[in-house]
This record gives sequence, C-alpha cells and structure tokens, in this order.
Amino acid sequence: MNAVLQYTVQGLAAGSFYALAALGLAVIFGVLGVVNFAHGAFYMLGAVAAAVLLDTVGMSLWLALIVVPLLMLVFGMLVERLLVQWLLPLDPLYNLLLTFGLTLLLVDLVKRRYGVSGLPYERPDALSGRIQVAGVGLPVYQLFVIGVALLVCLGVWLLMTRTRVGMIVRAATERPELAGALGINVGRWVTPVFGFGVALAGLAGVLAAPFRAITAEMGSDFIIILFAVVVIGGLGSIVGAVVGGFLVGLVEAFGQAYAPTFAQVLIFVLMAVVVLARPAGLFGREEAAA
Amino acid sequence: MTSIATAGASVTEQHAAIAGARPWQRLVLLAVGLLVALGLPWFVYPPVAMDIAAWALFAVALDLLLGYCGLLSFGHAAFWGGSAYATGLIAIHFGVPFPVAVFGGALFAMLLALPIGYLSVKRSGIYFAMVTLAFAQMLFFIANQASALTGGENGLQGVPRSFFGIEAVETDSFFFYYAALPIILLGMWAAWRIVHSPFGRVLVAIRDNAPRARALGYDVERYKLIVFVLSAGLSGLAGGVFAVSHGFVALPELHWATSGEVVLMTVLGGIGTLWGGVIGAGLIVLLADYLASSGFDGIGIVTGGVFVTVVLLFRRGIWGTARHLWLSRRKPT
Repeated sequence: MNAVLQYTVQGLAAGSFYALAALGLAVIFGVLGVVNFAHGAFYMLGAVAAAVLLDTVGMSLWLALIVVPLLMLVFGMLVERLLVQWLLPLDPLYNLLLTFGLTLLLVDLVKRRYGVSGLPYERPDALSGRIQVAGVGLPVYQLFVIGVALLVCLGVWLLMTRTRVGMIVRAATERPELAGALGINVGRWVTPVFGFGVALAGLAGVLAAPFRAITAEMGSDFIIILFAVVVIGGLGSIVGAVVGGFLVGLVEAFGQAYAPTFAQVLIFVLMAVVVLARPAGLFGREEAAA
Repeated sequence: MTSIATAGASVTEQHAAIAGARPWQRLVLLAVGLLVALGLPWFVYPPVAMDIAAWALFAVALDLLLGYCGLLSFGHAAFWGGSAYATGLIAIHFGVPFPVAVFGGALFAMLLALPIGYLSVKRSGIYFAMVTLAFAQMLFFIANQASALTGGENGLQGVPRSFFGIEAVETDSFFFYYAALPIILLGMWAAWRIVHSPFGRVLVAIRDNAPRARALGYDVERYKLIVFVLSAGLSGLAGGVFAVSHGFVALPELHWATSGEVVLMTVLGGIGTLWGGVIGAGLIVLLADYLASSGFDGIGIVTGGVFVTVVLLFRRGIWGTARHLWLSRRKPT
C-alpha cells in the first residue's frame, strides 16, 4: 500500500511535466494545425533558463516559475512570427519539418554553449525533504510539482471555459472552420496562442529543473513521449492532453517499479492499443484526427 | 493546399517525368549516375563513399513513401537500424558472405514493417508521422534494453565482412565498395521499377485523391501497407550495407535523429524525385564528414539551419528545382 502511494505520487509528478507540455502542444495544434516538434526543445530551454538565471542572478525557483514562462512566451511569439507563420497555409507536414530543424539547431546551440554535462540546480529548502502522509514519507517536491500542475491546468481550464478569450480559443481549437464561419477572427489568435503553448512547455521545464538532469538532450526523449501522450489523448483535445499526460506518467512510474525492463516500452504499447481501439485517441474526435 | 509530396514537382511535372522524360534524357541521366557511383571511391575516402551510397538508397526508399504516397515516415530508423542489427548478428553468428547477411537484414526490416505499418497506415499526414516516430523509438528502447543481443550502449562490435574468402574485399574498403555497390544499385533499380509500374501509378492516384482511388475499387490501406513494407525492405538493404561497411552497429542508428536525417536528405534533394534523395544524401554525408574532420562540434546547428532554410525558402529541393527549370524552359512564362 505504501509503495503504491509512493509510485502514484511519483507517476503523477512525472505526469505533471507531460500534462503541462502536452496542453501547450494541444492548444498549438488546435489553433494553428501545427504539430510542434520543437516542444521538447522548448521544455529543455525552460529548464536551462531556470538554471542559468539561478546561476547568474540568483533567481529563486519561485520567481523563475513566473519569469521563465514569460520569457518563453515572447520567444514563442518570435518563433511564430519569424518562421512558423510562413508555412501555415501549406501542408502541416512542412511545419513539422521546420520545427524538427529548429530542434536540431536549438539543442546543438545549447550543447555548444553549456556543454553536455548537466547544469546544477539547487531546489529551495522549503521544497526539499519528505512529508509524512498516511504513514508514508513522500517527497515534498513531487507533491509541489503535482500541485502546481493541477493549479495551472485548472487555471487554463477556467480560462478556457469561463472567459470570452477562452471560448474563442476553444472554438478555434475544436472547430476552426466553424469558428471562422461564425465571424471569429481565428488568425488574430495564432501568435499569442503559439507563445502560450511554448510558455507551458517552458513552465514544465522549470518545474523539471530541480528534478531531472538539465542537459541539452533532456528534451529529446521527452518529445517522443509527448507525441505518444497526445496520440493517446487525442490530438485536438485539451482534456485528452492532460489526462493522457498523467496516465502516461503513472504507466512510467509503475512500469519502472514493477517491470523496469519494459518501462519505456509500455507507453508505446499503450499507444498501440489506443491506436487500434480508438484511432482518434481517447478524447479525440474523428474529424480532428484526419 | 498542396500536398507535401508534390513539393519537388508539380503533379503534371511528375506525371511527365513518370510517363517519360524522353528515353535519351533518361539514359544520359542513368549513365551519369552510374559513372558517379563507379568513380566515387576515387575521389572520396572509400568508407565515406560507401556511406553516401547507403544513405542515398535509404533516402530513395523514404521518398518512395513520401513522394509517391504522401506519407511522411518519421520512424524509418527502425528499418535502417533494425536491419543493421539483424545483418550484424547474422554475419557474426553464421559467418555467411556479407550480401546474404544484408538480405537477411532487409527481410527482418520488412517483417518489422508489417505490424508497424499496419498500425500506422490507419492514419495519414501528421498522425502517420507521429505514430511511426513513436514506434521507431519503441524499438530504440528495446534495443537499448536487450544488451545481451545488441551490446546496448556499447553497440554491436566486430561485424565481419566475409566475402567468399576474397581478401581484397574483406580488408580494403576500396574494393569492398565495389562488392557492396551492386546491392545498392539493385535497391535503386527496385525503387525505380516500383514507381514506374502500374502499382506505382495506383500509389500516385492514392496520394493525389484517396477517396477517388477508393471509389475506383483500390484497397487504399492495403496499397499503403505494401509500399510501406517495400520501403522498409530497401531501407534495410541500405542499413545492412552500412553496418557491414562500418564493422559495428551503434544505438544511434535506431534513434529518431537518424529518421530525421534521412528526411532532411530527401527534402533537400527534392521530394518525389528519386534522384533528389541521392543528391541530398551525398551533400549531407560530405558536409557531416567535412564538419567532423574540421573539428566543429555542433553539426546540428548546420543541418538544422539547412533544414529550416530549405523548408522555408526552397521547398522543391535541389533536383526538384533543376527539373522544374528544365521542364518549363520552353514554356512561355
């Protein structure tokens, strides 16, 4: 029982990174129709930015959780304006290729600048150690990560369902043609939404900084699992991204605990099962997944 | 919206090209291509020449899927790397002449492609790319875990180059190139035959208008699966030759970066042109070799930059652009 609770928390913490980043991926895909291969690289940049800011100006994690996503928002908007926008009218595969090239570029730039060994990151004292829950010692930081992820997901959900902006973005995400037909100017939302999606990847990166090795390559396995997450959840679905993220995190944690040899493969087995049973994903709709 | 597959050439151009550039043009091209293939080790360090030939076939195999079917596979490393490991294991454990091992590897790649293809062709476009990518990465993790078989992180060492006891081929990469080149050329010829067969015309029909092809009674998914398996087999030939040429197989052969690299070669040369893949492969291998020898670390900065530039500004690719200019030279613009 203790072990189960521990692995659950561990899985939800890992799932938090996936859920946040996949949420960004889903929103970008919804509004722009772009599958952003560089999402893993943006996650890595978020972690690297947090480490560099801590090292140079001594910025604490608390502040980095706000500042880095804002930086990434601006960076994402720049990427959209400079690169992505030119290919939007064309086959969406072009933007997959473009963001793939961008990934190679960003990863090797970071590698050249900061080397291949990991950057150090000290977590704040308040977040280290363990806390006793039901007689089990759980790492405080993991609980913190889950808390932040749930808050952000809840915040995004409220933004999406309770505000006019959210309604518009959701409409553009779920049914872009219909939204356009109803007189919503979908094009106006493209740049901020891309930036917002990148900011979410950056936030996941900051949260991962005290938790994972910060290297240029840290996004390279991450992006593949992220793709599995959105295929499982359904590519155009916001709920699917979050649920898929936590689900994959849990599969990973329990897999590593009980079948370490197959842990990483299990995720893809799950994906294969979903592709066979529900090709559009758990929460996806057929026409969104064409 | 134009499909990505016709980036290298407009549909009419492709049909003109398939229906026949004039026979003499084709013969000239073929002769030049053969001459370059035969002369390559005289001008380039022979192992690098072999790399170019192997990657060229790999890129052509990918183009079979991308250019003639509109399916962008981001997981072709599974077949290149899978065959590399299979070829290596066959060569190590059975001591057969290397062509036999390579064909065994290609067969293994085709067997791999059956389940992966079956799951992937249910989807097209972006989904297809993502699913192939994920399955290929799954194979990477499996190979990493099965270190008893694959050597894991250390790679598979000591792949022999046995060739009927002919010493020159077994030890000298210059002669090995000529022993392995027929395998590559056979693969190229097979790709060309597939494209120019009735089967290939059906593929183009599916690419251009799948619902119409379906209405005409073609089983679209079955055609896609067959071409997926064929493409995997040709990638397997290339990966097998690559493995024997290097004498060892390392995990990166299965990594998604390898899948991306061959996509880059195909896009750079020109999608849907076959020749484009050959040119793209040659350029990228030579560039990588040059950067490595000049001690520049960070090749991704260059290849990534090339990728972004080509996709933004130069979508026809090199061969696609050349052919476009050639075909439109006498038309009033």
